[in-house]
Amino acid sequence: MEKTYAGQAISTNEQGYLTDLNQWNRDIGTEIAKEEDIEMTDRHWEVIEYLQDQYRKEVPLSVRKVGKSNVVSIKEFYQLFPKGPLKISSRIAGIPKPVSCI
Amino acid sequence: MENIVESPIKQKEDTSKKPIKKMMLILSKATIDNVYACFILANGARMEGIESEIFFTFFGLEAITKKKLEHLRVATVGNPGMHIPTMVGGLPGMEAFATKMMKSEMEKLDIPPVGEFLEILAASGTKLWACKLAMDMFHLNEDKLIDDLDGVLTVGDFYNRAQGDNTQLMFI
Repeated sequence: MEKTYAGQAISTNEQGYLTDLNQWNRDIGTEIAKEEDIEMTDRHWEVIEYLQDQYRKEVPLSVRKVGKSNVVSIKEFYQLFPKGPLKISSRIAGIPKPVSCI
Repeated sequence: MENIVESPIKQKEDTSKKPIKKMMLILSKATIDNVYACFILANGARMEGIESEIFFTFFGLEAITKKKLEHLRVATVGNPGMHIPTMVGGLPGMEAFATKMMKSEMEKLDIPPVGEFLEILAASGTKLWACKLAMDMFHLNEDKLIDDLDGVLTVGDFYNRAQGDNTQLMFI
């Protein structure tokens, strides 16, 4: 599928996750965040950068791992992305939907 | 072939979907398999943006009793999932052995120990309630229970909290 974010054609899967992180930039992330009713702050971006970094290192993500990362506590992670922290932050970050149950 | 009764499930698919808003889980057993099933369902709900609450009753209270929660075991007797004969399951050390095996497999899957899992649940906003009647029965005070506990409730209180559309109750 193709969607237009920040004036660019971006390829996504059916659930709206980017299929190629190379196409991502902050403007695109901001527009996806708007779709999720999230106003991005510096704290949000710090988490997003961490997630992208982990994805590039091929580390599978879980809420537990994010909580242990010293980047953000689990409580704050939920405050930043209330409707599903890992799922929504991954979408904004332009990485695939995580498969973890934890 | 004309008289085939239409599946009621098919008809339901046509109506608009109503997502679950809240999961109310009742944990009544503190074998490790039951506790993890409950915690994973509660945590999974929060990860999807669904509210969740757990009511710890009867032996389920052990999962939030400070001194007991890290010593929960898997049942090797009367547990068909173990695939070992009851007699063997009852041998000394079997429970401890099976529990150790299970815990190491859990850790490989990034599933935390019970105490850490409770901290994750509390941080996620899952409400943790102890059952008043069960506490009276086991002569337990609140100070014996985890600090993250949200309070002690009667069954009626718990049902009251389940009010609202699209709430699911589940007994484990």
